[in-house]
Amino acid sequence: MCLAIPGRISSLHDNLGVPMARVDFGGIVREACLSYVPEARIGDYVLVHVGFAISRIDEEEAQRTYQYLAEMDQLAELEDGNEGEPAHEVP
Amino acid sequence: MKYLDEYRDQRVAQKIVDEIARTVTRPWVLMEVCGGQTHSIVRNGLDALLPKQIELVHGPGCPVCVTSLEMIDRAHAIARRPDVIFCSFGDMLRVPGSDGDLFRIRSEGGNVRVVYSPLDCLKTARNNPDKHVVFFAIGFETTAPANAMAVWQARELGIHNFSVLVSHVLVPPAMRAILASPENRVQAFLGPGHVCAISGWTEYEPLVNQYRVPVVISGFEPIDILQGVLMSVRQLEQGRAELENAYQRAVQREGNPAAQQMIQRVFQVSDRAWRGIGVIPESGFTLSDEFRDYNAEAIFDVGEIHTIEPAICIAGEILKGTRKPLDCPAFGNECSPERPLGATMVSAEGACAAYYNYGRHLVNIDSVAQR
Repeated sequence: MCLAIPGRISSLHDNLGVPMARVDFGGIVREACLSYVPEARIGDYVLVHVGFAISRIDEEEAQRTYQYLAEMDQLAELEDGNEGEPAHEVP
Repeated sequence: MKYLDEYRDQRVAQKIVDEIARTVTRPWVLMEVCGGQTHSIVRNGLDALLPKQIELVHGPGCPVCVTSLEMIDRAHAIARRPDVIFCSFGDMLRVPGSDGDLFRIRSEGGNVRVVYSPLDCLKTARNNPDKHVVFFAIGFETTAPANAMAVWQARELGIHNFSVLVSHVLVPPAMRAILASPENRVQAFLGPGHVCAISGWTEYEPLVNQYRVPVVISGFEPIDILQGVLMSVRQLEQGRAELENAYQRAVQREGNPAAQQMIQRVFQVSDRAWRGIGVIPESGFTLSDEFRDYNAEAIFDVGEIHTIEPAICIAGEILKGTRKPLDCPAFGNECSPERPLGATMVSAEGACAAYYNYGRHLVNIDSVAQR
């Protein structure tokens, strides 16, 4: 029920005073209300829930976290022989 | 799709699972709060990948499941009226009341419609001026801003043949009820990522401090959930109890201020009955006085409602994390998604329905783990 899907804003428009966007979900385009993410621009990724953008995805943060997780085994090797705290906390 | 596919990468998932295995030294019980997380865990078999010491129990975060039977019967009574077009999210149509579901009401001539967004109801109201459009406004904090906007816009646009039947629920009071229960087994929570995208996480900090329980806000894809488990297990193993955010690409500490503002204008906090659990104080929203003209409950007097729940169902205990679907004698027998007896079987996000849909009643979880 709290499902929210990430999609890319492809255009902006106004509907009876409400800011709206067309959002592309991997080829499927739907309309979403932008009232709650007024800072979002064309090209931004937003999480959409029941036709409303609820959050703009922080691309830098996404990249940083994912990189950390993808390299976790290399970190584990580095940490072998070091019984203390991990070298990097998961962000 | 960007921000979905990479968070389903098996190779990365295995690395996180290996790290969890290196971290854990003893048994821990974690609860994922949100039904979407439960669904993802069971669909992807994440619980079977985890070391045996880690038990995931499934939380109350499925609004379809926890909507009270009394409210569902009320919705059905309104939906049966010939002057009403009853609009709902699709998940609610299969939910059984004391006498059938919304599909049955539709087959008997009721005008019941599924909407993608609550704003769709306003179009329906404009196109049908001789009918009254009622929207079944359910959901957690994630959905409240959307539902609030429909009410706000109705007033802005002067649409008077529209009202909402509100059955909103809130996550932190339910977590508090679980933690305060003498039967509580939960030692850490995976927090609900999309709820927190709206509300932020300051409301969770008092729970963390009072009950010394780690809360790690987590997303919904396999990698997100495993990252949440890893961060929870690290806290537990190190004796820490902190609020951490494993879903930083979507959730900020302060949440979404514009959405919070709309919620505060349209709704007010109230006590709410949860199916399977009972009344939890200040655990829901009702319309604020300013918007009482849009309250379907007041517009349509459907008389007193007497509900009957099957005695065999243990949904309440499952929602509180004290028991699991396979503990129920009715699971997969008298009770299935086609003929649900209780809350946790009625929506795909309910723990029982997730177990059933992915065949957990047919295979031993240990054999899944060995594959």
